[in-house]
Amino acid sequence: MLIPHPLLGLRDAQEFTYLGDASLLNRPDAASGDASNAFNDYVFLRDNPAGLHRELWYHEQGDRSWLIVTRNTVTHEVLGAELARDYILKAELPA
Amino acid sequence: MRFSGFRVIKEAFTGHKGWGPLWRDPAPKPEYDFVIIGGGGHGLATAYYLAKTFGRSRVAVLEKGWLGSGNIGRNTTIIRSNYLLPGNEPFYEFSMKLWENLEQETNFNSMVSQRGIINLIHTDAQRDAYRRRGNAMILAGADAELLSPDELRKKVPFLNYDNARFPIKGGLLQKRAGTARHDGVAWGYARGADTHGVDIIQNCEVTGMRIKSGKILGVETTRGYIAAGKVGVAVAGNSSRVMHMAGMRLPIESHVLQAFVSEGLKPVIPGVITFGAGHFYVSQSDKGGLVFGGDIDGYNSYAQRGNLPVVEDVLEGGMALMPMIGRARLLRSWGGIMDMSMDGSPIIDRTSIDGLYFNGGWCYGGFKATPASGYAFAHLLATDRSHETARAYRFDRFARGYPIDEKGVGAQPNLH
Amino acid sequence: MTRLSGGLIDHSAPVQFSFNGRPYTGCKGDTLASALLANGVQLVGRSFKYHRPRGVLSAGSEEPNALVTLHDGARKEPNTRATVTELYDGLVARSQNHVGPLNRDFMAVNDLLAPFFAAGFYYKTFMWPRAFWEKLYEPLIRQAAGLGRLSLEPDPDAYDKGFLHCDLLVVGGGAAGLVAALVAGRAGAQVILADEDFQWGGRLLAESHHLDEAPAAEWVGKVIAELSGLGNVRIMPRTTVFGAYDHGIHGAVERVSDHLPNAKGMVRQTLWRITAKRTVLAAGATERHIPFENNDRPGIMLAGAMRAYANRWAAAPTRSQSDPVAVFANNDDGHRTALDLLAKGIPVSAVIDPRTDAKRLGDYELITGVVDGTKGRLGVTAIRVTQNGSSHWMPCGALGVAGGWNPNVHLSSHHKSRPIWDANLLAFVPGKDLPAGMVVAGAAVGQMTTAKALRSGMDAALDSLAGLGITAKPIDLPRAEDTAVTQSAFWHVAGKGRAWVDFQNDVTVKDIALAHKENMRPVEHLKRWTTLGMATDQGKTSNISALAVMAELTGKTLPETGTTVFRPPYTGVSLSVLGGGDTGSHFRPTRFTPAHSWSAQNGATFIEVGAWLRAQYFVRPGESHWRQSVDREVLAVRGNVGLCDVTTLGKIDVQGVDAAEFLNRVYCNMMGSLAVGRVRYGLMLREDGHAYDDGTCARLAETHFVVTTTTANAALVYRNMEFARQCLWPELDVHLISTTDAWAQIAVAGPKSRELLSRIVDDFDLSNEAFPFMACAELTVCKGLRARLFRISFSGELAYEIAVPARFGNALMERLMQRGVDLGVTAYGTEALGVMRIEKGHAAGAELNGQTTAQMLSLGRMVSQKKDSIGAVMSRREGLELDKRRLVGFRPSNPAEVIAPGSHLFAAGTERTMQSDQGWITSAAYSPHVGSSIGLGFLEEGDVRLGEVVIAANPLEGREVRVEVVSPHFVDPDGDRLRD
Repeated sequence: MLIPHPLLGLRDAQEFTYLGDASLLNRPDAASGDASNAFNDYVFLRDNPAGLHRELWYHEQGDRSWLIVTRNTVTHEVLGAELARDYILKAELPA
Repeated sequence: MRFSGFRVIKEAFTGHKGWGPLWRDPAPKPEYDFVIIGGGGHGLATAYYLAKTFGRSRVAVLEKGWLGSGNIGRNTTIIRSNYLLPGNEPFYEFSMKLWENLEQETNFNSMVSQRGIINLIHTDAQRDAYRRRGNAMILAGADAELLSPDELRKKVPFLNYDNARFPIKGGLLQKRAGTARHDGVAWGYARGADTHGVDIIQNCEVTGMRIKSGKILGVETTRGYIAAGKVGVAVAGNSSRVMHMAGMRLPIESHVLQAFVSEGLKPVIPGVITFGAGHFYVSQSDKGGLVFGGDIDGYNSYAQRGNLPVVEDVLEGGMALMPMIGRARLLRSWGGIMDMSMDGSPIIDRTSIDGLYFNGGWCYGGFKATPASGYAFAHLLATDRSHETARAYRFDRFARGYPIDEKGVGAQPNLH
Repeated sequence: MTRLSGGLIDHSAPVQFSFNGRPYTGCKGDTLASALLANGVQLVGRSFKYHRPRGVLSAGSEEPNALVTLHDGARKEPNTRATVTELYDGLVARSQNHVGPLNRDFMAVNDLLAPFFAAGFYYKTFMWPRAFWEKLYEPLIRQAAGLGRLSLEPDPDAYDKGFLHCDLLVVGGGAAGLVAALVAGRAGAQVILADEDFQWGGRLLAESHHLDEAPAAEWVGKVIAELSGLGNVRIMPRTTVFGAYDHGIHGAVERVSDHLPNAKGMVRQTLWRITAKRTVLAAGATERHIPFENNDRPGIMLAGAMRAYANRWAAAPTRSQSDPVAVFANNDDGHRTALDLLAKGIPVSAVIDPRTDAKRLGDYELITGVVDGTKGRLGVTAIRVTQNGSSHWMPCGALGVAGGWNPNVHLSSHHKSRPIWDANLLAFVPGKDLPAGMVVAGAAVGQMTTAKALRSGMDAALDSLAGLGITAKPIDLPRAEDTAVTQSAFWHVAGKGRAWVDFQNDVTVKDIALAHKENMRPVEHLKRWTTLGMATDQGKTSNISALAVMAELTGKTLPETGTTVFRPPYTGVSLSVLGGGDTGSHFRPTRFTPAHSWSAQNGATFIEVGAWLRAQYFVRPGESHWRQSVDREVLAVRGNVGLCDVTTLGKIDVQGVDAAEFLNRVYCNMMGSLAVGRVRYGLMLREDGHAYDDGTCARLAETHFVVTTTTANAALVYRNMEFARQCLWPELDVHLISTTDAWAQIAVAGPKSRELLSRIVDDFDLSNEAFPFMACAELTVCKGLRARLFRISFSGELAYEIAVPARFGNALMERLMQRGVDLGVTAYGTEALGVMRIEKGHAAGAELNGQTTAQMLSLGRMVSQKKDSIGAVMSRREGLELDKRRLVGFRPSNPAEVIAPGSHLFAAGTERTMQSDQGWITSAAYSPHVGSSIGLGFLEEGDVRLGEVVIAANPLEGREVRVEVVSPHFVDPDGDRLRD
């Protein structure tokens, strides 16, 4: 597979380490009342879709950036990739 | 019809006129007491024990393709009970005992071949870990032997002992482990289940679940609605998709595992050998092909195929371990979808929906579990109680903090 | 001899080879199969199950019969298709899968017993008595099964792997592929053209057609000459593209030197990973045969293969040139064989064709009928021809069978795509959803005439290039044959005898009928029940015929009956080349520590620790057992001072305004409150609450920390910290870099360590007051070398770790050893390190195995309640909180006894069963300090059982040791020495 690294272009997937569902970005608030349930969902449960999947890849043999890759788990087609850090920081900008 | 050597001889003399279908192809009835979703090894075994051992009639198995088309039809055929943890070992040892009597039980030669499995040891730390595991096996009633380098060399002289990147320092042997003919297992259970009145319905895909007030009423299928008293799901690889129909999220990811077979060769490899310093395990089939595999590809996939890097990784391991196989050729490779669970161990449990039961999360170890999984799932479906060897395989173990994590890698499915 | 004139071989270049020990002569340009045929050899092998005599069936990589073993000794190569083996001087080949000589195989008794060996028979028997399966039945089956034999010696040849990238990959160098490559090559695109054959041209070489007015080979030569001259085109003969993987990546194997008599210094084969933006699949087509009674005899061959042998290789398919050849065809293409053979002067007895509307295309007898029997055990001598219900025997020396052609769709179906049935062509053609970027051309997509193949190759290239935005121009195609294709739905000849469908695996029409009767009707059941299509040819010559027979039995159409899925590899690929040559000591890279060369020169025995090689212990003159060395090293550290290269520990530099806050979140204990110039022990949890790594964290400045990890987890911890930094808390101002390789780090441990260090530091106060336990500093040593000094201890003694830039590691080791001679300085390795950490009760890999918790390690109080950190919430789950196993120490009641790690722990007097299991020994060593074996382990409520005697049971090795539960701190439990 090839991963379209937003900074480095198409890179062989072998340079990356795969983590899993991008929902792992959404670490719950430990101070919330329902933290133990929230963490249980966060750590253990997955949508595991057959189809589009937003997932985390780490360019371990490269620039060490974490990417959010959108990939189809049935066809392996990759629809895009972005830096996780950019995504989160952008998402937190005021509207 | 009973199978036997005499029968084979008789048919040979009479032009094979007496053979009949191994199983019927019944049309689905409107209602069953038990509907098992998934006509793979686990589903068929479940139906078999449900009908035969637990005496339940009105049982159907629904299979979306042809029976045995899932992972039972595409695996490396290894059977073993060499686990460490008390949540696992008694279950797999129970499975091993069922394997040992499988042919007589089902009157079908599934070619259970107890030629042993050797896990190779490459470091002192590995030896300590395998000693702990071997002792755990013995304490749970299984068999295990620790092999010295000399004993190992006698058993498998063709390993790379002298020019290895990681020296071979011994092995953990389970003599009663080995292989079984994977399709034969599915067919043996299918034929046995059919004989005991189970309707095996092929080309019948479940498309929805009818659930009312927290209770399951039946399933929608491509061949119409089928009402059911209880529904058991045994669809490894597709567990998340099917349970999604009931609104459930699982502690499971689907990953692809590739497996490989070489062209046929005269016998060279006794039993199963696993490389402890790379990703490679191998046995030789009765037909002579080297059957081998390695690590999962590592990314979520439902594609039933993998990629080249893992092919190379597996063969790097194979060639490093036993360079004498180099001039054999790879004949075929294929990929199966694995239910990779969050602790590497399976789930056989009731669900939050009354009448809906789940069996899955087998990672890439489901084949060896087939008999016990079927038995334990049938036990649960029939009695609403967990089988004594499967008590740890509950959904709530994650939330409650009782993981069965053989590898100690935590909630990362692609590392199990 | 049946060598003809002409062809594309070099008659002036004889090549000597041997088959089954007998010498033969062929020509340059021959394959092993063509050379054997040219020598009149028809019998070349035996079938898998019935050991039927077999000859060459095909002229390509689909060959199911002519499998031989090449070479002797360690280079022995079983199951090699003679049809694609390029002949060279000195080639040694042998037939395989027979007992006794090839023409009198004892195992042929199986053929007489064939009625007992019907499809699936083994599933129905061998079940009684139970014990006989492994002991008797299975060994017999195994000995009979299999084809060739391995040498059991390591493959002595070298292999390589490489990466290629291109705009357009063209798979197949026949008419369509050559045109595609030419169009793309002229347009300036980066092109790779690959073909499994050693000559370019594909079927063009096998046929007698002309392109324009000249033999096709001339046109091929011109195209290849032009392509070779283009710098943007790479042509790769002898290269099989065996698999289509994701995103345009293809696996290919190039047979670099298999065809050379002397390949010294060359790799044998290369594995190529080709990343192509677009792919034209022009893999041609494979001819199908027609099952009829005894259709498997040597001399019965695919009709198209006969043309290839006659036209390209100048070899007649018969044992003698005067023997006539018959052709059994269900389509016009088969008639060409008669024409070409006649043109080559080979007598043709008749063409037998079941089609009533078939026309004679030349000067041969045409019989409207079928072939339904053959004679000739070791080579066909006669065929039975049935015409209008009456039969007669017709003598012949060979029979060509033409059942029509199947497009080679294989690579097109390596992804999700399934071939679809073309009702006009009566064959499967590539379906929808092809691998992204792939276009199929030529016969592979059903364009069966030369003219259509050429045109389709051009169109495929133009399409592909347009998709890449590359403008290409059409080229002038040569005039070529374009006769109508007439495939017919005549699939097999009904009859009572055995008619082979899958030659190699001996699957007959009867077997398919039995599978049908036994309800093994889905195509995958059919395959698995009968083993059809599972031989080395992967069903290339059998699958479609079998589907047709099954369709006839079920009354369904052929596409309703099913299609077959092709999986990589297209043809067999040697395991060696897939390993890519990274074998033996090159299996994985080896990492050496900075002081490696010093260690090697000073008696070190090395041990693999992950990818690292570390000094395990240093043997001194007079020491004959490793324990002597290790005990000496331990005592030296405890009594004087020792040095250990600990560079392998992970070192992560953490800098930034928010570094302290960041570390608070990744360590379970408080780290942000650490004072500048101080070090603290830290424990990291996984998010699921289990402990996974520990180490020290040093604060060199307000915004600068250095984190150390265990050797094993260096990469994992760094990855997880980057995850936390980029994915969880990107708002924190913090940066990370792994400096494991940048700093050499040496532990200086023992009561005289301060004295030793004081001799190399530059103006630095090492006194306990100025630089106490858990202090750290940046300083210079040895007159100006920058260094980092940490006062930390793994051994339990007064100790330091000193880090210098990695290139000075070896020199620093030497310097410290020189300066400490009078102090008794001693180098120590990982064994002594391990002994001392067990004596001190420090956890290492065996205790931090990913299954344990902070509580189990008696570090539960470290998990701060005042802050959130990774794993903190989940560490409070019931199962983790209730786990009462604790890390404690063990001493054998009898000091002479040895504690084995991996032993399980039992309360005295309890049964040795899983149910009463109370824990296990994690680590053990001989302690020179204690004077006996000691151990660490996890024991149920171990922390409150000190003094109790329990059993360390090791039934695996038949041993049990009574051990006393003690504190894990065998040495200096109060830590006075550390702080001294």
